[in-house]
Amino acid sequence: MSIEIRNVRKTFGDFVALDDVSVSVPTGRLTALLGPSGGGKSTLLRVVAGLEQPDAGTVEIEGRDATNLPARRRNVGFVFQHYAAFKHLSVARNVAFGLEIRRTPKAETAERVDELLRLVHLESFAHRLPSQLSGGQRQRMALARALAIRPSVLLLDEPFGALDAKVRKELRDWLRRLHDEIPVTTVFVTHDQEEALEVADEIVVVNEGRIEQVGSPDDLYDRPANDFVMGFLGPVTRLGGVLVRPHDVAVEVVAGDVETAGAPADDGAPGSVRGVVSRTTRVGFEVRAEVTTADEVVSVVVTRAEARTLGLEAGVAVRLTPAEGAPTAAAPREEAVGVG
Amino acid sequence: MADTSTVARTADGSRGVRYGLRALVVVYLVLLVGWPVSLVVRGAFADGLETLRTALSDPSVVFALQLTASVAVQVVVLNTLFGVGISLLLVRYDFPGKSLLNALLDLPLSVSPIVVGLSLVLVYGKDGWFGGTLESAGMQVIFAPPGIVLATAFVCLPLVIREVVPVLTEIGTDEELAATSLGATWFQTFRRITLPAIRWAVVYGVVLTLARALGEFGAVKVVSGNFEGRTQTSTLLVEQRYQDFEQGTAFAVAFLLASVSVACIVAVTFLRSDSPSSPKATS
Repeated sequence: MSIEIRNVRKTFGDFVALDDVSVSVPTGRLTALLGPSGGGKSTLLRVVAGLEQPDAGTVEIEGRDATNLPARRRNVGFVFQHYAAFKHLSVARNVAFGLEIRRTPKAETAERVDELLRLVHLESFAHRLPSQLSGGQRQRMALARALAIRPSVLLLDEPFGALDAKVRKELRDWLRRLHDEIPVTTVFVTHDQEEALEVADEIVVVNEGRIEQVGSPDDLYDRPANDFVMGFLGPVTRLGGVLVRPHDVAVEVVAGDVETAGAPADDGAPGSVRGVVSRTTRVGFEVRAEVTTADEVVSVVVTRAEARTLGLEAGVAVRLTPAEGAPTAAAPREEAVGVG
Repeated sequence: MADTSTVARTADGSRGVRYGLRALVVVYLVLLVGWPVSLVVRGAFADGLETLRTALSDPSVVFALQLTASVAVQVVVLNTLFGVGISLLLVRYDFPGKSLLNALLDLPLSVSPIVVGLSLVLVYGKDGWFGGTLESAGMQVIFAPPGIVLATAFVCLPLVIREVVPVLTEIGTDEELAATSLGATWFQTFRRITLPAIRWAVVYGVVLTLARALGEFGAVKVVSGNFEGRTQTSTLLVEQRYQDFEQGTAFAVAFLLASVSVACIVAVTFLRSDSPSSPKATS
């Protein structure tokens, strides 16, 4: 294990940012710390980097106890959300910074800087100032700067958070490919579940200073440990007292009219519920329908073709059944259910 | 077309106000600044360059100018070092009594320089709390150049700090933390990252300090003793010569002091519009 975090606790005044957190980050993998804002994921990353001192607990990096090691001795690469570019230095000097501090011979530094600038596709921008680069380019420069010192771990704090949607997506794909090329142990913080699912080998879900679940993207999506993880990783809806994903609900149109609809289903599969469609919305290739049942409103997503075949529209009586093998979680109290 | 005429009238009205305000400001500045200063210049050059030459051949005048320059340089060095240090302390660290320190730093601006002078005499004077000890160690502060430096440094204390603190606050800590994570020590981070980021604020503070230090009068008058040729600075000399009816010399020295200050202001104006840290030109 490349990073071992044991029983780390960190408070800011009365606010508990990290509450007895223990987690291991595997070597050479791309790990995402995923969670809502203020959940403690950035604090955890900064504790690993040595930018915050934990109140209790230990941090081990590559088998060495780093808890009391100052940040500059931890040999970690850190990338900030807002780039933290050295504004008065050229792109090349930014990348060379860590090497100059380490008194690397000039020729070697120049060679390494060239290599990294090629890697992040900024070779033609070497002599520009950061202010002459776009956000995406600045973040690639920051990444090259962090990689220049050959860090034992690379930490990225919401690296794409300040970028617009299109650039974010490009950079995300690029980071994935880059990691396959240079498999340095990488941890990145994000609140975007899509980003985590798409890029990471492993996801650590952090909420309210605690770890909710650790696992591969498939694990988390298919076998969420609790309703929070399930709700955070994708849209959920409440169906007969359990949480299920809207696209994992099988829809059957039943004979009968609006009056009989809404009665508990006694004729269908276990867990099935009767209701009537109250509204449909088409979004691109899918159709979202709201079905009113006896005691809840269920969101259902079907493909456009399915909706057409079924004749799904407002006023139609339907029977809803959770699809077989679909991930479910026990529904929490009423108000906590989010339909994302 | 009621709307249009209303707009036109408003525009007319505001034009009237605009010109009125301009005229008021110009008259005010002429009466308060322009005219008096121009009289000083005229006084200094009443006999061509003769007055200036006579003044500069007076050893007391030369001594006073040198003393003022030497004091100003020492004050600039002291206040730049302490100013940058105190600014870092105020912005980057939390400690008990921080807001008190912050308030105290503005004291030199609000307290009369005479009071500053008197308080220094109380501490460092011959019968002061600390002065006796220093004197027996062979170091005279009051009625000597060190006292003049102290008094001037006190008066100029906030100038560098008030320039540097907002810039330090604005640049934030990300760059410094990035440098640290890349292996830089505190001092390397300061020299390579923080200092370049605040350099224009420091330069600006230095220029302001220099201008203020050259012109300080009240505090210096109390602590220096005003001994001609020993502790008499240029401003003190101007006052004395003026009262002794040597107006030519007074005007000549006053002109020299004023021209350095004007040069400082011009420098500041250029720095303000060109410096990358000015609000106009942020990236």
